[in-house]
Amino acid sequence: MLDLQGYGPMIMEGALVTVEVALLSLAIAVILGMLGALAKLSNSVVSRNVAQVYTTIIRGVPDLVMMLLIFFGGQLLVNRLGEVLGFGYIDINPFVAGCLTIGFIFGAYMTETFRGAILAVPKGQSEAGVAFGMSRRQVFFRVVLPQMVRHALPGFGNNWLVLLKTTALVSVIGLDDMVRKANLAGGSTREPFTFLLLVALIYLAFTTVSVMALRWAEKRYSVGVREA
Amino acid sequence: MDPTIIFENINLYVEGLFTTIELVTLALLLGFALAVPLALLQTSKNPVLWMPVWAYSYFFRGTPLLVQLFLIYYGAGQFEAVRTSVLWPYLREAWSCALIAFTLNTAAYTTEILRGAIKGMPHGEIEAAKAVGMSKVQRYRRIILPSAFRRALPAYSNEVIFMLHGSAVASVITIVDLTGAARIINSRFLSPYEAFITAAIFYLALTFTIVWLFRMVEKRWFAHLRPQETKKAKAVPAE
Repeated sequence: MLDLQGYGPMIMEGALVTVEVALLSLAIAVILGMLGALAKLSNSVVSRNVAQVYTTIIRGVPDLVMMLLIFFGGQLLVNRLGEVLGFGYIDINPFVAGCLTIGFIFGAYMTETFRGAILAVPKGQSEAGVAFGMSRRQVFFRVVLPQMVRHALPGFGNNWLVLLKTTALVSVIGLDDMVRKANLAGGSTREPFTFLLLVALIYLAFTTVSVMALRWAEKRYSVGVREA
Repeated sequence: MDPTIIFENINLYVEGLFTTIELVTLALLLGFALAVPLALLQTSKNPVLWMPVWAYSYFFRGTPLLVQLFLIYYGAGQFEAVRTSVLWPYLREAWSCALIAFTLNTAAYTTEILRGAIKGMPHGEIEAAKAVGMSKVQRYRRIILPSAFRRALPAYSNEVIFMLHGSAVASVITIVDLTGAARIINSRFLSPYEAFITAAIFYLALTFTIVWLFRMVEKRWFAHLRPQETKKAKAVPAE
């Protein structure tokens, strides 16, 4: 069907980069999202406001603009620091910049998801934990966290699907993900449609597998809940 | 930080702002016009009607907008038939390619939103319309579509914001939209902070405007759901 003229392995290498970027960004996003959600629900006015500003700004600015800002701005910052501290010139790695940006952006979306999920756990649950003499950490990890997963999964799944597609933007800052590889292969074979279509189909496959995995996980985490 | 760079080149940003607004507005209007019939087709029980729509919407929702843009801008020229067709002058041009990609993308998401809203119609309302003797067309025009649009509004406002943010990829295929303007300033003056933070501020302002506009529309469309204002008891003059 698709004649790849020997460029197949190159695209697959790119697909691997895409998966790596997506998973690493997801890890960053989950950590930031958890911190953000706890900050939004905390008693401290300062951390509530910081989290609010973070989520408002991120959700109001396109991911590409954010990525260009962090990539070019980060490079400039590192250069200036290099001059001052005397460690010379360091090239900002597009892989690192890409993961950091995407993680940073989706951390804001995860914050909202996790905040909602924490609020969905009945307050009596954590009060019971406190009554048992658990510390705040223990209450969070033993009582709240396992129960919030069920409420967080649908939003988490949506965020993951959007994140996966956002990884295509790293090709703009020069990372060799599958979109960039497809453009290179398309340029040298003069058959860009073939390679771009292949990449689109690989994205569809990733999406489909993710949807199935998420459906399984949602079932798994709702075992103790009666279905309506 | 040197703000004079921005003040001296503000025209470029304003030009970019108008390109962004023009592109996004056109794509949203065309996409919506496309999505209404597609959503109706998708709610049909006939697989010949709903399957192609489902496949289209699944493809455009499951792949990145950037890849869709590349497929149309770089990909279309691969085929002799396209290069000799009457559409070629448009498909060669970055601007119309972006418009096509954005329209098809937002139409796919909007179809899905409308489909959900139509599916969620309370059955009693449709039965009531049938009982009053409305024809199928009348039911759709008077009952189903107005109610579906209303219930789709919150999800659609999100889609509008996503489209605005997604439109930034137009700058990758040489279009000077807001992001494109920022990229020009950045490469000309090597000033990433000034260039991109300015663009970010413009986008934030646009986002807040959209949120505000939809809040106005929601206020109007959901007027019947507002808690009733209790009239303050008038002071009765003592007799």
